[in-house]
Amino acid sequence: MTEKILTRNFDRADAHTLGAYRETGGYTGWEKARTMEPAGITEEVKKANLRGLGGAGFPTGMKWSFVPKNHTGPVYLVINADEGEPGTFKDRYLLERDPHALIDGMLIAARAVRCEKAFVYIRGEYVEPYRRFAAAVKEAYEAGLLGDGLDIVVHRGAGAYICGEETGLISSLEGKKGWPKVKPPFPAIKGAFGMPTIVNNVETIAHVPHIVNRGAAWFAPGIYEESVGITLRQLIDRAGGVSGNGRLKGVVPGGSSAPILRADEIDVTMDVDGLRNAGTMAGSAGVIVMDETVSIPEALMVVARFYAHESCGQCTPCRESTGWIYKMSERILSGHGRKEDLDTILDVAKRGAGTTICAFYDGAVGPYISYIEKFRDEFEALVTDGAGTRARATPAPVAR
Amino acid sequence: MPKLTIDGKEIEVAPGTNLIEAARQLGIEIPHYCYHPGLSIAGQCRLCMVDIEKAPRPTIACNTQAADGMVVATQTERVKETQRSIMEFHLINHPLDCPVCDQAGECWLQIYYMKYGLYDPRMVDEKVHKPKAVPLGPHVMLDAERCILCSRCVRFCDEITGTGELGIFHRGDQSEIGLFPGRDLENKYSGNVVDICPVGALTDRDFRFQVRVWYLDTAKSICPGCARGCNIDVHVNRRRPHHAGGKRVARLKPRFNAEVNKWWLCDEGRYGYGFVDDASRVTTPVWRSEPVPWDTAIAEVTRALGRHAPDAVGVVASPKMPNEDLMAVRRLAEALGTRQVGFKVPPRTPGDQDDLLIRADKNPNTRAAELIGLDGDVAGILTAARSGRIKALWVFGHDLFDSAWLESDVTLALGALETLIFTGTNAGRTSALAHLVLPATAWVERDGTFTNWEGRVQRFRPAVEPLGEALPEWDIVGRVLGMLGHAASATRAEHWFVDLAANVEAFRGMTYQSIGETGRMTQ
Repeated sequence: MTEKILTRNFDRADAHTLGAYRETGGYTGWEKARTMEPAGITEEVKKANLRGLGGAGFPTGMKWSFVPKNHTGPVYLVINADEGEPGTFKDRYLLERDPHALIDGMLIAARAVRCEKAFVYIRGEYVEPYRRFAAAVKEAYEAGLLGDGLDIVVHRGAGAYICGEETGLISSLEGKKGWPKVKPPFPAIKGAFGMPTIVNNVETIAHVPHIVNRGAAWFAPGIYEESVGITLRQLIDRAGGVSGNGRLKGVVPGGSSAPILRADEIDVTMDVDGLRNAGTMAGSAGVIVMDETVSIPEALMVVARFYAHESCGQCTPCRESTGWIYKMSERILSGHGRKEDLDTILDVAKRGAGTTICAFYDGAVGPYISYIEKFRDEFEALVTDGAGTRARATPAPVAR
Repeated sequence: MPKLTIDGKEIEVAPGTNLIEAARQLGIEIPHYCYHPGLSIAGQCRLCMVDIEKAPRPTIACNTQAADGMVVATQTERVKETQRSIMEFHLINHPLDCPVCDQAGECWLQIYYMKYGLYDPRMVDEKVHKPKAVPLGPHVMLDAERCILCSRCVRFCDEITGTGELGIFHRGDQSEIGLFPGRDLENKYSGNVVDICPVGALTDRDFRFQVRVWYLDTAKSICPGCARGCNIDVHVNRRRPHHAGGKRVARLKPRFNAEVNKWWLCDEGRYGYGFVDDASRVTTPVWRSEPVPWDTAIAEVTRALGRHAPDAVGVVASPKMPNEDLMAVRRLAEALGTRQVGFKVPPRTPGDQDDLLIRADKNPNTRAAELIGLDGDVAGILTAARSGRIKALWVFGHDLFDSAWLESDVTLALGALETLIFTGTNAGRTSALAHLVLPATAWVERDGTFTNWEGRVQRFRPAVEPLGEALPEWDIVGRVLGMLGHAASATRAEHWFVDLAANVEAFRGMTYQSIGETGRMTQ
């Protein structure tokens, strides 16, 4: 087993306190970074090839370097702690059990991008993570770490998945409806409150102190905990194997938006390239394991309901087809499907993909297509041609 | 200036021009719903997709600025396929109630379906249901099921009026346009949201169910509601006179003029045409309370004016009269030799004004009346009438009782006159006292020009026939001039404009042709 980095303190009951964090070398990254030139910090993070761990995998150092050099007003650092991807709760543990690691990383990142005011946007449902993190911020202020060069505003979301999309998050932070923004301009040029804004994921920033402390060469090419490089099958075994009836049906490897893998497809390495070659993605790396008792048509209906519920409604293709696909999937599941519905779902999903402002719909398309293509027999067993689609009652509308 | 290629044609455009506007300059249509040149970019409808060389997938044209060397294609199979998909998405939850929808015939869902849709419908599930026939304010009705959520109306209220009454509420396919709690859509420009709504979601309460749009005829015109001179189209119903209670003018719509009103029109102007088809219109010449032929009326007017010393005759022109008619009045005053001419009557309540369009002066042609030299002392004329120094008075347009003046003063002045002549479109308290009432055409029943507050001369065209026996004021005045022995050569408004352009310095050299569609500034 490789060295634990981010989770090293998870077993300590007092891991969330400043004292415990300092005992294990906390804030030494910041101590070192404050002697470095901002550009030098960015360079180190670039060399480490740190990639965004919210799901999109964008190189972090490169993102920092997009802030216009000649900008004279404020620059904002925004931490995306709106962790809402189904099957994903890594940031929650970091906020609850090692909140000072995030503050440490934020101090360094803020210096790199010349930010004096940073925001942490925490998912509304994350009550305990919010309490722990807010308490850590208070400790950091009392210890003089914050308030002298950097202020942190902790902001709680109100329970919308789309506010995890970086520009949707910015809209929400600005007090507006959480609609993603048309790009260009990109946030690093014109983001929150019209100012250059860097949006980074919690886990991404928690890595930064270690990179600064130990140097880019130590980090590259991406030693994140233990999972990268092991196969999906090994990972499931290490986590205790398949629950339920013990027989595997499918695995969603990177949050609900990642295309599903069949049981015979899981001998792939759990890294970006391995999963991409298998036709899926690492995404948020939140793994969902389904045993044989799981009905894939039901799983599709559940995930389709989620995306129909969470679509912000801004772009026509996403707004209209998430609801349409949910209705079709629900109708199929209840025994009123027609064979052509399966192809209609596939066609609608493919037509809408890539046509919208943000990546939400492309994420929804992952399960729509892969569930049907990989488990088509399960769907075909349910469709009953000509079984009175119109006679059926309306599916319950998606709750507001 | 970036130079780019669209569908093989090269064009140079101003920096910052987006691809929809660049293509428009080449006569190439890029279909769109949410984009509006007067509003911010929303990028929501996703219909304006084009292919840009080297781009991996179609891109929205509205949020793409033209760049030097850019190669754009609007007709690739991929673009057409994307447009077809987006049209299907727009329509799956649409109620398809065109037969009972006022927008039918001018609906961009219908137009674009025929041009860019034409797919076979696949939607068999129950559509999303939303509120219907919701009054948003005094002028606008919402049908949320027809709405495609382009957000133009929301952006209009946020960005143009700054009033922010509207928002999009809820999420996903439950999203709907609505009012913020406690608000009504009652800003002074609310009717514009109906114009910019590309579908039947927002309809005009004034126009709803009155007449199908395909029965309408249109004429280019100028709003007479204030000194701004907003460019408009007058939509009239001549083909189905039994519809809409016989009202001929169905609605006014703003017409784009970058220098005057852009795309907009205020509600006061938009809904201010009611007098045209009102029962109070005067439709025949009246002498001593009896209808008479025009010849009789003109002869009586000429006799009444001609039998007094020049300064015993007064003329109150109207700043609502067009340039041509004001010129005719000036010639009449010259012919009579009277100096008792004026046009300004103070309104009972001062007009409101704002920074967008609305001007405090609620007359369309004050500027021209000043330039033509008719700016005399109307209050002095009334005083002279009261004391018997003025014996015959010709009042154009004004109801002198509807003014800041004391009712008793007006009554005494008019009552002292030997002859009171009224020329106007509608009866009122002044016309009720007149010995002669001469019906004038409304502005939509004739052609002419107005000069707005900035000095811009703009043409308006006839949209509908004169009501009854009504004549333009220039014609009435011209006939009197003829009877007075002056060569009456004007048979068209334009003839008076020629006189104006030849003899009033500010208008020198202008012709109807040189005014064009966007107007021309006086010197």
